[in-house]
Amino acid sequence: MSLVVPALPPGETFGLLAEFGSPKELYHGCERVRDAGYKRWDAHSPFPIHGLDHAMGLGRSRLPYVTLFFGLCGAVGGFTLQIWANGIAYPIQVSGKPIFNWQPYMPVTFELGVLLAAISTVVGMLAFNRLPMLFHPLFGTRAFEKVTDDGFFISIEAWDPKFNPIETERFLKQIGATNVELVARDGGRVVEGRGSSEAGASQDAKAR
Amino acid sequence: MNEAAKPPGAGVRVLSDGQALSQLVWLGVVLGAVGLVGSLALSSGQGAQLYFSWLVAYLYFLSIALGALFFVLCLFVCRAGWAVVFRRVVENVMATLPVFALLFVPIWIGRHELYSWTDAAEVAKNPVLRGKSGYLNESFFLLRAIFYLASWSGLALYFSSQSQKQDQTGEERITRRLSAVAAPGIIVFSLTLTFAAVDWLMSLDPEWYSTMFGVYYFSGSILAAFAFVVVAIAFIHSRGQLRGVVTVEHVHDLGKLLFAFTVFWTYIAFCQYFLIWYGNLPEETSYFMRRSEGSWPAIGKTLMVGHFVIPFFFLMPRAVKRSAPLLVAAALWLLAMHFMDIYWCVMPVHLEHGARFGALDATTVLTVGGFFLAAFGWVSSRRALVPMRDPRLAESLSFENV
Repeated sequence: MSLVVPALPPGETFGLLAEFGSPKELYHGCERVRDAGYKRWDAHSPFPIHGLDHAMGLGRSRLPYVTLFFGLCGAVGGFTLQIWANGIAYPIQVSGKPIFNWQPYMPVTFELGVLLAAISTVVGMLAFNRLPMLFHPLFGTRAFEKVTDDGFFISIEAWDPKFNPIETERFLKQIGATNVELVARDGGRVVEGRGSSEAGASQDAKAR
Repeated sequence: MNEAAKPPGAGVRVLSDGQALSQLVWLGVVLGAVGLVGSLALSSGQGAQLYFSWLVAYLYFLSIALGALFFVLCLFVCRAGWAVVFRRVVENVMATLPVFALLFVPIWIGRHELYSWTDAAEVAKNPVLRGKSGYLNESFFLLRAIFYLASWSGLALYFSSQSQKQDQTGEERITRRLSAVAAPGIIVFSLTLTFAAVDWLMSLDPEWYSTMFGVYYFSGSILAAFAFVVVAIAFIHSRGQLRGVVTVEHVHDLGKLLFAFTVFWTYIAFCQYFLIWYGNLPEETSYFMRRSEGSWPAIGKTLMVGHFVIPFFFLMPRAVKRSAPLLVAAALWLLAMHFMDIYWCVMPVHLEHGARFGALDATTVLTVGGFFLAAFGWVSSRRALVPMRDPRLAESLSFENV
């Protein structure tokens, strides 16, 4: 969701897509990318790979703090809303109970705390994952179709401070990528000489 | 023997020697004997106090063993893989249940001091008690107690011995059979626990009733069982056993359960209080009226803060649940709060003007707790501390939190 973080790199180029032959090679590739100091990149696999988050150097999610904050807001808000409505704005005495009491307000306090915690967790999860994103530049490449079947990929985005089309492509090949291609922001393939030294790369991919 | 010749699982076997817990047997027996002698010596002239203190201590340690029984039944019903490495520890807590059949004897002896409905003159002049006498009468009470204690001991011994049998035979169908038995076992457990809580705790105040009372006792007992298992694992680690077998990942999940059931206890306790407060009917409010004398309200408020607010926020961060010393501190705190909770349920019937913690409270806790620990140590020392040939052991050993 672009409200929180801009979803895509600003320029024409989205970044580099590198294919790896197996989960193992992807895993070790991730370790190398992590150690090289890249920050804006991702790994793609048809199935979850245990420990890949460590190989990618991902930290703990900040989502629990969002949940805690909104959960407390819900509880405090629910409590004060009832105190204000039933005790101050329109005081009604029910079955001889005192006007200001904590007991009758607890269920709504609890429920609003849970409600806001739950909703903020879902919304926060989507936001941190940059979702909903109906189109992603990688969907435009032929090679990436394999990602739901037997393809293992690393994508390094162009706005990474260490990104350099030529240097990064060389680096990805060096760490075992079988095929590297430059992807445009609109999903097409960037052709005109910008780092893609092997013009036949996409033909290679098709041939396989 | 060289490294290559070791059979698979040898490392686990070395790390799970139950002998490390055999000292608990002596410690427990000595504490129990000292407590028993002390209780008998102090009880002259204050018989009622002895029986009430005994009831508190009995229900406290019984709740830990019952919570462990429920935990084991749940693990089998859910076919849980993650918990296999420490399931034997829980089984050993559960296997102390037959001891509680013996420890029930003083409650039966002291029934006239504890339960006013056993007094025929009282029943004759009280129409409410007369109406309940079909259920609340001595012979049916004893019959039910025997049934509860037999069901719990039967379930505990069956699961415990079958699990031990698998150590030798390695049969996979034992696991399948226990999963099948655990489901009806949970039904038996929940009914017997509910009725036992009604019989032994709620009938202290025979005119009062709460339909939440059974689950209230259950919520405390499952919480106490998780807390006790956390402490037991830390103790076993300190004896050099189960290290690298029960890891921070397993303890972390126990911490999550501890956190969750802190909230569950609060939910149940508040629901019971809230409905009584709202309804404001004399036959229901008597429970809280009785607890509004002297120091009882202070104890009730301490429970609200100490049994909920403090552990809730303390156990919330992941770092606390993954730190053994902090989690053990939280578990010990909750075990103390759970004792206060049981004390708050039982004692106001006897001490109407406020809590008065006396020597008899300490000696009865020593007695019941001592024999409970001795039984736990004895069962633990007689077999491996890990179900060696459980089909899900490998899964459990490599368990990791995502």
